[in-house]
Amino acid sequence: MTVTTTPTSSGVVLTPKKRTFKKFFNDTGWRHLVGIAVGIYAVFPILYVLSNALSPTGTLTGSNKLFQAFSLAGFERVLSNPDKPFGAWFMNTMIIGGVVAFGTILMGGLAAYAFSRMRFSGRRVGLLSLLLIQMFPQVLAVIAIFLLLGAIGDVFPVLGLNTRTGLIMVYLGGALGVNTYLMYGFFNTVPTSIDEAARIDGAGHARIFFTIIVRLVFPILIVVGILSFIAVTGDFVVASVVLSEPDTKTLAVGLYEIIANDRAADWGAFSAGAVMAALPVLILFMALQKYIISGLTAGAVK
Amino acid sequence: MSGRVNVRIGPFITKLILLGMFDALAVYAIFLSIQASNWIFVTVIAVIAVAFNWIYLRPGANPSKYLAPGFVFLLIFQVFVIGYTGYISFTNFGGGHTGDKDQAIASLIAGGQERVEDSPSYPITVVKAGGTFGFLVTDDGEALFGTATDPLHEAPKAVMEGGVAVSLPGYESLNFQDILNNQKAISDLAVPFSDDINDGTLRTQDGRTGYLYLSHLSYDADADTITDGRTGTVYHDGGKGSFVSESGDNLKPGWTVTVGFENFTKALTDPTIRGPLVQVTIWTFVLAFVTVFATFFMGLFLAIVFNKPHMRGRKIYRTLLIVPYAFPAFLGALVWSGMFNRSYGFVNEVLFFGADIPWLTDPILAKFVVIFINLWLGFPYMFLVTMGALQSIPAEVEEAATVDGASPWQIFRLIKLPLLLVSVAPLLIASFAFNFNNFNVIYMTTGGGPKIEGAGSNIGHTDILISMVYKIAFDGQTRDYGLASVLAILIFIIVTIITIISFRQTKALEEIN
Repeated sequence: MTVTTTPTSSGVVLTPKKRTFKKFFNDTGWRHLVGIAVGIYAVFPILYVLSNALSPTGTLTGSNKLFQAFSLAGFERVLSNPDKPFGAWFMNTMIIGGVVAFGTILMGGLAAYAFSRMRFSGRRVGLLSLLLIQMFPQVLAVIAIFLLLGAIGDVFPVLGLNTRTGLIMVYLGGALGVNTYLMYGFFNTVPTSIDEAARIDGAGHARIFFTIIVRLVFPILIVVGILSFIAVTGDFVVASVVLSEPDTKTLAVGLYEIIANDRAADWGAFSAGAVMAALPVLILFMALQKYIISGLTAGAVK
Repeated sequence: MSGRVNVRIGPFITKLILLGMFDALAVYAIFLSIQASNWIFVTVIAVIAVAFNWIYLRPGANPSKYLAPGFVFLLIFQVFVIGYTGYISFTNFGGGHTGDKDQAIASLIAGGQERVEDSPSYPITVVKAGGTFGFLVTDDGEALFGTATDPLHEAPKAVMEGGVAVSLPGYESLNFQDILNNQKAISDLAVPFSDDINDGTLRTQDGRTGYLYLSHLSYDADADTITDGRTGTVYHDGGKGSFVSESGDNLKPGWTVTVGFENFTKALTDPTIRGPLVQVTIWTFVLAFVTVFATFFMGLFLAIVFNKPHMRGRKIYRTLLIVPYAFPAFLGALVWSGMFNRSYGFVNEVLFFGADIPWLTDPILAKFVVIFINLWLGFPYMFLVTMGALQSIPAEVEEAATVDGASPWQIFRLIKLPLLLVSVAPLLIASFAFNFNNFNVIYMTTGGGPKIEGAGSNIGHTDILISMVYKIAFDGQTRDYGLASVLAILIFIIVTIITIISFRQTKALEEIN
């Protein structure tokens, strides 16, 4: 029990132990209890899926005994099924997520720079329309996206349905929106005197952006990049509508199909796939935690 | 300074190279579009290309250089598709009505084709170029050539051998083994006999002999009717996107026409849609509202709990608590759906000692489960956000209130919470809008089920508006894009109202100067 290992500081030496515990409990002890309870709630599904992935059986019943057996059979099954090419899905997801994240940083950053540093007619309207448009999720226009990509694919097969490039273009349609707004706020905190100094030294505006500003606003670029990566890799609707061939699918679409059919659902294979799918995102998130939290809380505080 | 020259020339050359590559691509794309006679694409690409050249070749710093790339994608894949959705809602677009009238006629006639008794047969050679198969046909000692899209025409360059055309320059003639390997593609291949679709097509079973297939349907262009040769029934354009007979039989497929407000009327009056639609709309609001409320208060509670300086292990707790936020949401939802499985899931088997509780198949329980999972997915975000907002409230505020004799609860309720809400309100509204369209959590856990009795398209008790749209458009037998677009528009309108209210409430407008 955590609560019994009370740290006795020199200030409470004279008081009886019982009161120390009570004081500790009222002060921080109960906080630890809450932390442990909520911590279990938060982490349990992930432990469950991990145990499931390492269980030799593919059924749900078999996975209810947590960490009772160890086997890599689930991984083997998910990696070797030619009808459900997990490797291809993984690569597709990483490529699509990576390209869109990069494109979003680049296009959103450029737009935010213009809004933050330049004064032009239509600036206010532009910012407002971005704010409005971002309220409309692309999910709602998924039918139109489907038909539009179908039409594009008739002329340019590499950009149509069932192509990574087609899906990337669709996602890049949402690159401005909320991201520009987030970056715009951060760009405004960078003093303009820096730009002015560089301009006096003879730097053009492109040079100022790519060599000076980008470094100063790096934290927000990271936040936007990872948020868009997470959004893209987690998207099901648009991806499932655009991608229908087994080889072109993303993890969200493919993994869903592994367990979509209740009777033939292989939960062992799914869990192994889920562990592998979640790992890059989890690692990325944990490594960049500092930036993400500061980015999110900056949005709240303003 | 010597550097100044480089500063000007370097970027300029980069710019020229990039623009040159872009222009080359644009020209190529325009050629492809002209080939496909897609004049809309030609216009759009040309406009974009001219605009980009004009923007980037003008001297000086101007904002359009920075805005153009993002805005092109935004205009096509966000703004245009919203407008296009509006257009679709006024059409009968969907299963059976996907193309234009000519395509429908062609497909009707092709669909009615069969080999007629003693119809003529021809010796053929299957040839191939690229991925396209074609027939080289010998008719009265003359060589003819055609593919699926290119009707039979004379091929004077064909090489004859023993009175039969055997090869054509530029094409590879298939031998027996090749034919076996491509059996399906070859037996599916139908080469139009002439430009007139009523003349039928040539098909082959064995790759050596082609038979003329004729349709029992024929199209009369002057009268704009289709006649069924077997029954003598005459079908005419019914004005609603399909050919209709006197007795009211529709020929399928039809084509796309605008139907005015028919889809809107259908959504509001058809009992298999109206009832479920009302139910789904209410549930969508309930889900979004309860989710925001529950995640916010749980996040806030945890933020208060851990907003204690010098508490040990604070970082560890924080890391544990944000794990659900870092775990891909669709996976989280799928894992929970497995744990709530009625027969084998962890919740019933272990937590309830083998009880048989229908978590995902009972209308009420399924709703609770969905909210529970949404809470798991959403509280970490609120925790992080409220934590940041709490820390930004100056300590003096609390001290002053304490001096005035306020209790901690009073301080929280009367001072901290209002301050907190001011800064967090925009995020709460954004979260509401997000959960309003939180498709993943519904589709991945309950799939929208259990089904509402008497509802069309498999609409279920936990379906929210957006999953209902998806089901009507992409699930099941009848794909009704028109009706689904009507529902999408309905959501657009609701979201717009939320947006306007949120602007009013948070005065976000005033922050933009």
